[in-house]
Amino acid sequence: MLRVASLNFRTSLLRTYATAASPHALVFLEHRGGSLDSGSLSAVTAASQLGGQVTGLIVGNESEVPAAIEAAKKVKGLNAIVHCTSPQYTASLPETVSPLFEKILSGSTQYSHVVSAHSSSARSILPRVAARLDVPAVSDITSLEHDASASTTTFTRPIYAGNAIATVRSPSSVPIKFFTIRSTAFSAALCEEGTSVEATSIDPTEVADPPSEHVKTSLTKSDRPELGVATRVVSGGRALKNAETFESTLYPLADLLGAAVGASRAAVDAGYADNSLQVGQTGKIVAPELYMALGISGAIQHLAGMKDSKLIVAVNKDPDAPIFQVADVGLVGDLYQVVPEMIEKLKQ
Amino acid sequence: MRPSAVRLLNILVPVKRAVDYAVKIRVNPQQTGIDLNVKHSMNPFDEIAVEEAVRLRERMKDAVKSIKVVTIGPAKSAETLRTALAMGADGGIHVEIPESAPAPEPLGVAKTLRAIVEREKEKANVDIVILGKQAIDDDMGQTGQMLAGLLNWPQATYASKVVIDEANRVAHVTREIDGGAEEVKCKLPVIITTDLRLNEPRYASLPNIMKAKKKPIEKLSPSDLGVDLTPILETLKVTEPPKRVGGGKVENVDELITKLKEAGIEAVKS
Repeated sequence: MLRVASLNFRTSLLRTYATAASPHALVFLEHRGGSLDSGSLSAVTAASQLGGQVTGLIVGNESEVPAAIEAAKKVKGLNAIVHCTSPQYTASLPETVSPLFEKILSGSTQYSHVVSAHSSSARSILPRVAARLDVPAVSDITSLEHDASASTTTFTRPIYAGNAIATVRSPSSVPIKFFTIRSTAFSAALCEEGTSVEATSIDPTEVADPPSEHVKTSLTKSDRPELGVATRVVSGGRALKNAETFESTLYPLADLLGAAVGASRAAVDAGYADNSLQVGQTGKIVAPELYMALGISGAIQHLAGMKDSKLIVAVNKDPDAPIFQVADVGLVGDLYQVVPEMIEKLKQ
Repeated sequence: MRPSAVRLLNILVPVKRAVDYAVKIRVNPQQTGIDLNVKHSMNPFDEIAVEEAVRLRERMKDAVKSIKVVTIGPAKSAETLRTALAMGADGGIHVEIPESAPAPEPLGVAKTLRAIVEREKEKANVDIVILGKQAIDDDMGQTGQMLAGLLNWPQATYASKVVIDEANRVAHVTREIDGGAEEVKCKLPVIITTDLRLNEPRYASLPNIMKAKKKPIEKLSPSDLGVDLTPILETLKVTEPPKRVGGGKVENVDELITKLKEAGIEAVKS
């Protein structure tokens, strides 16, 4: 008798647990000067695919947060916005931002998932928070599927520089599932007028005597589209000889096509291009409509960063360069002759 | 008033044995993982971490008291420790797991490293932990941040320049961020993760390889440290990425332009 009763008790408990497990994602909305990063818009798309509520979190200082909230209110797929403002969040250092995340997520939290783009700032902050909450995190995912009845989420993610795809499942024992998304694998959430959602303010968690301090940021200025989100990329490798040749050869072609400029690690290491332009496993991952690889041999680390591009065009002197194995259009030739000729003929 | 003596710094560098970066990996037919009967070496970012620790000692002379390297892995991982010792580390710790055990996750690794930092405290406090920014096998990029969270220490990830001011016990670190660089100032103890441009790792010389054989390696098991390395995430399968079919070559620029135009790509300005 007693046994039956306790069994019943257990099933009823389980049931409540299962129904309460409807997913609710907290998306870390990153912004610069009040405008939302496009990677965060892709994160909203990924979060929506979980099939539940999606709340956006905006953290920053007084001069940026209001504009970011206004932008976020128009994002399709967001059900709510929470925001937190403090001068301490200006540089969004992990040491000062993580306690806020912890406060939001600890205790009887409503959130089942924490989502962000795989950006340099989010990937510094989120694993720190996950560890403090004693849960694993999944990095740089390219697809996901949530099973609400089992409270499990299955992700796919590239490993070994994209040479293998792992399918991993975060079990129900993980109460809050942290993951970062590969922005190129999810389209950006649409923005439209008039879909205003409620924005709630939360109190900041001030860190007394923070152990780290932001000194300065120096961003590489460019009039060209941003590499990570550009629809066209013109990329150069070691064959470009030096920084001057890199600029004088690649920039006119990039500007003509309205493309961002990228570089292989060899070109970056040799000082031809700034390292923010590096495409590859350890640099940016891009998937534009057009990727033009000029004087790039195509090492696996480089291919890892661009092989999901729609159309790959390669120009290389070496007919055996591995880049030709993935290129849709390959031309064996000297780029110093090919590029000017291309510019000439594209202009016609 | 006599200035208090500057405490000497102890550096801990975790390293991982991974499939060599130049190996073209193959997924096994059972789709459980990849063929691991291939050349392994130290994760490239960890080499940079070891190199930075050794350079810090070269720059700061006696201010760096010890450089200890640690690895978690099967018996063969001891080779990776020897490589680090040959590069200039003083001693190693090997947390050995069975060859058949699944690869530990960043959270488990971070907890093990925390246990080691706490264990080392009995002898000497660890002041700086330098890790690679990511391992080139699982490409997770989490361990350093997780360790910083568990210890509640400041973190400087993706470092391209590290300057330690031992008198004031702060680290000035330049970090690579999306779109540029950022400089931060962290109080010690600190967690630093290395980016590619931090330095160029040295090759170990033959005499140093010989000397490294005499350097001490302490062997521990996860249970000695009270940690459980069983993965929490379940790997369901590992597959080959979709193959890209190369479209072949064209003969000249005219054909190339034709192909571009067929794909709808034209100049945006003339």
